Amino acid sequence: MNSLYYQKRLSRNIGDKFFTSLSVICALIAILPLIFLVTYILYKGGSQITPELFTLEPNPPGDDLDAGGINPALIGTLIITSIASIIAIPVGVGGGIYLAEYSKGGAFSRFIRFGVNVLAGVPSIIAGVFIYALIVSTKILFGSMYSGLAGGMALSILMLPTVIKTTDEGLKLVPNELRYASLGVGASMYTTILKVTLPSAFRSIATGVVLGIARAAGETAPLIFTALFSYYYITGFGDLFYEMGSLAVLIYNFALEPYDAQNKLAWAASFILVLSILSVNIFSRILAAFTEKTKRV
Amino acid sequence: MEEKLTLFKNRKRFGIEKNIDIIFKNTTLVLSSFVAIILLGIFLVVFFQSFESFSRYGLKFLVTSEWNPVKDEYGAFTAIYGTLLTSFLSLLITIPLGVGTAIFITEDFVPKIVREIIGSFVELLAAIPSVVLGLWAIFVMEPFFRVFFVFLHNFFGWIPLFSTEPTGRNSLLAILILVVMLLPIVTSIARDSLNQVPKKLRNAAYGIGASRWKTIFSVILPAALSGIMAGVLLALGRAMGETMAVTMIIGNSNAFSWSLLSPGYTISSMLANQFGEADGSQVSSLFYAAFVLMILSLVVNIFAQWLVKKFSLKY
Repeated sequence: MNSLYYQKRLSRNIGDKFFTSLSVICALIAILPLIFLVTYILYKGGSQITPELFTLEPNPPGDDLDAGGINPALIGTLIITSIASIIAIPVGVGGGIYLAEYSKGGAFSRFIRFGVNVLAGVPSIIAGVFIYALIVSTKILFGSMYSGLAGGMALSILMLPTVIKTTDEGLKLVPNELRYASLGVGASMYTTILKVTLPSAFRSIATGVVLGIARAAGETAPLIFTALFSYYYITGFGDLFYEMGSLAVLIYNFALEPYDAQNKLAWAASFILVLSILSVNIFSRILAAFTEKTKRV
Repeated sequence: MEEKLTLFKNRKRFGIEKNIDIIFKNTTLVLSSFVAIILLGIFLVVFFQSFESFSRYGLKFLVTSEWNPVKDEYGAFTAIYGTLLTSFLSLLITIPLGVGTAIFITEDFVPKIVREIIGSFVELLAAIPSVVLGLWAIFVMEPFFRVFFVFLHNFFGWIPLFSTEPTGRNSLLAILILVVMLLPIVTSIARDSLNQVPKKLRNAAYGIGASRWKTIFSVILPAALSGIMAGVLLALGRAMGETMAVTMIIGNSNAFSWSLLSPGYTISSMLANQFGEADGSQVSSLFYAAFVLMILSLVVNIFAQWLVKKFSLKY
């Protein structure tokens, strides 16, 4: 009769309680520092934000009174990330189109998909080392060594696997009926892809690409010896061929300075970087959830 | 009748349309082979740049820890040891925490909405740039743990792992910041693979009277194991290649020490520190170290992909 009721003392119930509390403890240990981390960055960095931050050049370390602003680094990050996107998006989307639309699961496409996964696992600093050997040390870009352009190229290597993968997977989700219908009314393969399949996969591809860009914007390792760093305003097109600052490298350099003013600048830059990356992530998540809901209807 | 005939005449595609089609297909083919070209390029460039150092030091490079640009003596043992030590130890801490958290958010201990919030929060954290984590480690984590490290040294100093006086940055801090970086990866991949285990397996286990944790340990975890293992290997690859946060907190010293409380080095932090101002045979030696790092992460990655293919869920 008793066996119909829950018995606290039973060894299986005690064991269950024990493991349940263990997993709760794991979750707490894992999540609490993470919450603390985010709030600390947002609080500490947010308190350093001033209007001048966005307009001034950073002062060279040593002048402890006034560190200046982060304008060149902010613009530099935008430029370098744009260069990376300009290279990686066409190549990646094109490659993804081939994998999803043309390849028939043969050896070549299997090899490329494998290569995409391998390239995604290549340490980011190796991308910097590669570009350094290929472009910086050979001065192949019109005799310039460290340059924003080289930095953008290094970042594009990191973005490429993400873009190919999201394009490939996004296109695979497009129902085949759409392709048949388009080909059936006489459209060529090229028109079908550009006018039918690509537009219907646009939102999922765009989400993946934007997340890839956000990830690239925070990468530091490929930039420290390709784009290097610069304290000066970016004034014109020619500056692409010279050292260029970026928020990520600014944080790295100024975090290691012994001066308080520079450290504060690093916190402010972190705030801007983290806030923009997190908002891009949250926005694209909401967009993705919204798409899912409308699709189900 | 007249109209039908003209339609008939036009039923073939125009030459120009055909050509566009072929050009488009071949363009995408070329673009997709870029991946292979880049991968091969990275491999060849790093290999040939390291050739000078490779032919001079051979495999001795891997086991000596002299790094002296003045005497032209190079050996990367400290950095290789540091890379392996930090990545494996951080993984050792991350696996139970990450899998435990993943179990917590896939079981129904708390309402679904809370679990989903925790899940997406953890995923968001994977997006935080590692340089920001490094900054946080320098200014928050290091002062916070200093007391604890002193305690560790005072009471367990007789163990070689804790034998040095803690002075600021050290390998143990690097391991801890790596744990913070890897937790989101391991947790979200483990969560995904736990979610993929079919409901009927759980119901069957409950039906024959297994308790909740008996079900988790004997049914659900084994079924999700391949996915979790692949996630762990991906995290291992990430940990080996991770540069910024580790470089900022590990202390960057090439002097070899068994102690976790002394400054250390990893291959990637060595590259980050020295690449900018290296010349001569030091550059070649750095490329050699980069080559070693690349091989390590390639092996881990390829093994992970193989594992996923071989042991993917069969239910």
